[in-house]
Amino acid sequence: MNSPQTAASVYHFKPYNVGRWLIWGGYALVMIAAPLLWKSSLSLTMLSQMGIAIIACLAFNMLLGQGGMLSFGHAVYSGLGSFFAIHALNMASNGQIVLPVSLVPLVAGCFGGLFALLLGYVTTKKAGTPFAMITLGVGELVAAMALMFPGFFGGEGGINANRVQGEAFLGITFGPQIQLYYLIAIYTFISTVLMFAFTRTPLGRMLNAVRDNPERVEFIGYNTQYVRYFAFIASGFFMGIAGGLAALNFEIVTAEVVGAQRSGAYLLFTFLGGALFFFGPIIGAVLLVLALVLLSELTQAWLLYLGLVFTFMVMYAPGGISSLIMMNLRVASFGKLRPLLGSYLALAGTAATVLLGAAVMIEMVYHLQLNEALGPNMKFMGATLNAKGFDSWFGACFVLLVGLVLFEVARRHFLKEWGQTQESIEREIKKREAAT
Amino acid sequence: MSAADPEFALELRDVRKSFGKTEIIRGASLQVRAGERVAVIGPNGAGKSTLFNLISGRFGSTSGDILLNGSKLDGLTPYEINRRGLARSFQVSNLFTRLSVFENLRCAVLWSLGYKYSFWRFLAGARDANERAEEVMEMIKLHKRRDVLAMNLTYAEQRALEIGITIAGGAQVILLDEPTAGMSRSETARFVNLIRDITVGKTLLTVEHDMGVVFGLADKIAVLVYGEVIAFDTPEKVRANERVKEAYLGSAQADAQVAQAGH
Repeated sequence: MNSPQTAASVYHFKPYNVGRWLIWGGYALVMIAAPLLWKSSLSLTMLSQMGIAIIACLAFNMLLGQGGMLSFGHAVYSGLGSFFAIHALNMASNGQIVLPVSLVPLVAGCFGGLFALLLGYVTTKKAGTPFAMITLGVGELVAAMALMFPGFFGGEGGINANRVQGEAFLGITFGPQIQLYYLIAIYTFISTVLMFAFTRTPLGRMLNAVRDNPERVEFIGYNTQYVRYFAFIASGFFMGIAGGLAALNFEIVTAEVVGAQRSGAYLLFTFLGGALFFFGPIIGAVLLVLALVLLSELTQAWLLYLGLVFTFMVMYAPGGISSLIMMNLRVASFGKLRPLLGSYLALAGTAATVLLGAAVMIEMVYHLQLNEALGPNMKFMGATLNAKGFDSWFGACFVLLVGLVLFEVARRHFLKEWGQTQESIEREIKKREAAT
Repeated sequence: MSAADPEFALELRDVRKSFGKTEIIRGASLQVRAGERVAVIGPNGAGKSTLFNLISGRFGSTSGDILLNGSKLDGLTPYEINRRGLARSFQVSNLFTRLSVFENLRCAVLWSLGYKYSFWRFLAGARDANERAEEVMEMIKLHKRRDVLAMNLTYAEQRALEIGITIAGGAQVILLDEPTAGMSRSETARFVNLIRDITVGKTLLTVEHDMGVVFGLADKIAVLVYGEVIAFDTPEKVRANERVKEAYLGSAQADAQVAQAGH
């Protein structure tokens, strides 16, 4: 039998309590080392954007995952942060104010928090569906204002600024992308630490309580609106920081940064990464940039693929990628992951087959619609396909259908195996519990 | 009647509540002294749960006054009433489902210990809150289930946690809405002892259907029939009360049941 001590340590399985220093150290190390491994200017741009997206998605998840608040208009706070950052940058370069470039994101954060303070009071009066509707309304309101006041929002062309200004401090001008990357990395690291710390405070825990059961919270002395409101302001602050960093990164801010599409991206990728665990949105943010920059290069139909992946995740893995990881870590900690590997390979193989069949059809439709002038022949993964040919369509349909059938078979088999594994883990826990 | 009379921990003066045209509570009056354990009984639909909802601020009353330690609760929200020292449990367990047993209890003590909405200090350093949560966990005998999520507890454990959350904040007036509902005989007996232990020195109001629990626990019984308190006295006197027998325990069967439970 196990000694009681090991049984207890497995029983109190808390993944991110174990070796917290190691995890934070690794997180910092990855951010320091990433630009040394991927040196091209494209990857440096992407890494910078990932840092920004990490802050935004984590801030978004303060509401979604920790507070149970589904915001459809959170780009308002990052976007307004961006606008105030770009104006602050221009005022600093005109000599109207004294402001080091490295502190511009902080100013943006304060404005993000300020607008969350103003708009959030109304927004957080309600929870659940009314909350979501109000955020949608506020989002549309601000997006409309962005077009109504071209003086501040720059109209169609947006507002430009130059982040290189003043005298270089220790040789740092923020001109080269690598210097800006490290500024973003520092902000990302500190913001992540602060947002994690927030989850360990009385307000952070009460936010979880409000998510689970707002009614009961009212009967243990808390005003649920205030809990939501204060969390909303904190979230707005970090959204603002992300917006300020984005303004420095692109040196241009257009009205679309406050728009619904941006808000939707935060929601979608936070969900994909997983709202249930603190680190989920970090995964989501990395995926966001990969999809926005790489996938959109690869195919014109990238939004369609994204929608399919999203639908698929909502249906089969509503906890997102992070919860898939944590569930498998739990299985692995009981030494039962290896027998599942076969099923995973089968799932991956059949899913890839489905994807192949679907992708060929999607690409052919897009080719016919958008590239008609180029004729019916198109290249797909090295092969030449005739988008008007019966063979190609028949082949694609065949691959898709076979893939779907096999995937369903593999999925059912996996579910059975997974259920058995979970049961045996439960039994083991009970046994260890009895042993103590 | 004179103004505030702080000799009563909880006082209801001609409280009425209507939903639309239906009057559910029709002039209920009650005076509970500090430290008394009162069982509220009555047939289904008598308005027992509604009465609890009025006292705890879940609904506002249509007319009449509810006083806690002599001060009026009219128009106050549930959290304001809770901060004045009144806590309640629910008939259907009302927990923080995705938090552990320990976290549930810690949430329940935070306000009373003055942590409010603070985000500048860590929970790990909130020693008094942690100690109080552990203490309550021992009391309700869930210390072995410390890190289990509330939604994964058994029914009886959830009922225990429900009561734990209610008493954790140290409120002096406790309202328990059918704490033993749906429990087996042995669990009920254990629960009655638990409730008696944790409400020592406190004022308790409990809705109860189980006559064994009522006679085993209560110093006084309030009989609520059609939204009115028709009797409020010691168990012996209530049992002998003709109006109660007639209105609530009318049938010979119920009479026998009461007599049996009393012995």
